[in-house]
Amino acid sequence: MQLSVLTSVTSVVIVLCILELLRRQQLREKYAVVWLLIGLAVMPLGFDPSLLDSVAGAMGVASGASLVLFSGFVLILLVSLHLSWETSRLEAETRSLAEEVALLRTELAEVRRTAAGDAPVGTVR
Amino acid sequence: MIGERRVLVVLPAWNEAEGLADVLAELAERLPGADALVVDDGSTDGTAGVAEAAGAVVARLPYNLGVGGAMRLGYRYAHEHGYDVAVQVDADGQHDPGYVPALLRALDAGADLAIGARFSGEGAYRVRGPRRWAMRLLSAVLSRIAGTRLTDTTSGFRACNRRTIELFARWYPVEYLGDTVESTVGAVRCGLTVRQVPVAMRPRTTGRPSASPTRALVYLLRAALVLALAMGRRAPAG
Repeated sequence: MQLSVLTSVTSVVIVLCILELLRRQQLREKYAVVWLLIGLAVMPLGFDPSLLDSVAGAMGVASGASLVLFSGFVLILLVSLHLSWETSRLEAETRSLAEEVALLRTELAEVRRTAAGDAPVGTVR
Repeated sequence: MIGERRVLVVLPAWNEAEGLADVLAELAERLPGADALVVDDGSTDGTAGVAEAAGAVVARLPYNLGVGGAMRLGYRYAHEHGYDVAVQVDADGQHDPGYVPALLRALDAGADLAIGARFSGEGAYRVRGPRRWAMRLLSAVLSRIAGTRLTDTTSGFRACNRRTIELFARWYPVEYLGDTVESTVGAVRCGLTVRQVPVAMRPRTTGRPSASPTRALVYLLRAALVLALAMGRRAPAG
């Protein structure tokens, strides 16, 4: 009985956290949807961990708890992979931006030099 | 202008303030017709100031991107400003500008990418152990796909014509060894002609080379991985 209290409280708190982050616009919707779906799917299991026992039995897994543990692990793995992918994409984007900034700075310096040729240095136009 | 061509020498520089003035002075003396672009790769010393004082155009990256990022910026600049030839030279003085005319002649002879290579007659540069195996492996594979003998595929002393500048401005690998090995593989797979020109490298005046058996072994493994990935990836859109 104690276990289900622990897991149910935890699942509710986590779903509330996701909702709060969403409400404050701290979480992009594209990630939030995934987390919400996972949270809502897992929450009932917190209240009754034996719900999955029949499914686990059919799959040849000893208990529902082990099945949850295993699928949770796979899920975390996929999520980290997805984050690595997103980071790579972001890095490529920031790189391009950095190059763009450098090009613009160079261009600006060239324009300034040409302008300085027309007007005395220090003149405000 | 060198001959009929507008030539841009690109020098990727990361904290090279110490030797940069000499390198730029030598460039101006040996290649008076060429423009110099120093790509300041997020230096924390006076690299940009030294380069400006020496009369080079400076492109300052807001933070360090590595040689690959710095070079892609160089090629983008060359492309946007309509240069006919871009020559890549290290900012630490290892590359002798006296060999640039030889690289330009290789471009005239039909190469799209001319690599200044050690181990091909000139100079006395020697390496041993895993680092040597790595270089052998790279040379063997790249020579095969390029259809010409390439003995020093990790050389950063190279010259590109317009076609190659156009490709590298759009596509230039930024990861480890990408600026040399993968960029060469990409150029070959886009149908560009790669040739090498024998050059002698000078000992570096500043900085320290990385050499220990463990690091050499890691280098071998990384080189093999980079090569495998470069071969396995889709060719850059030509």
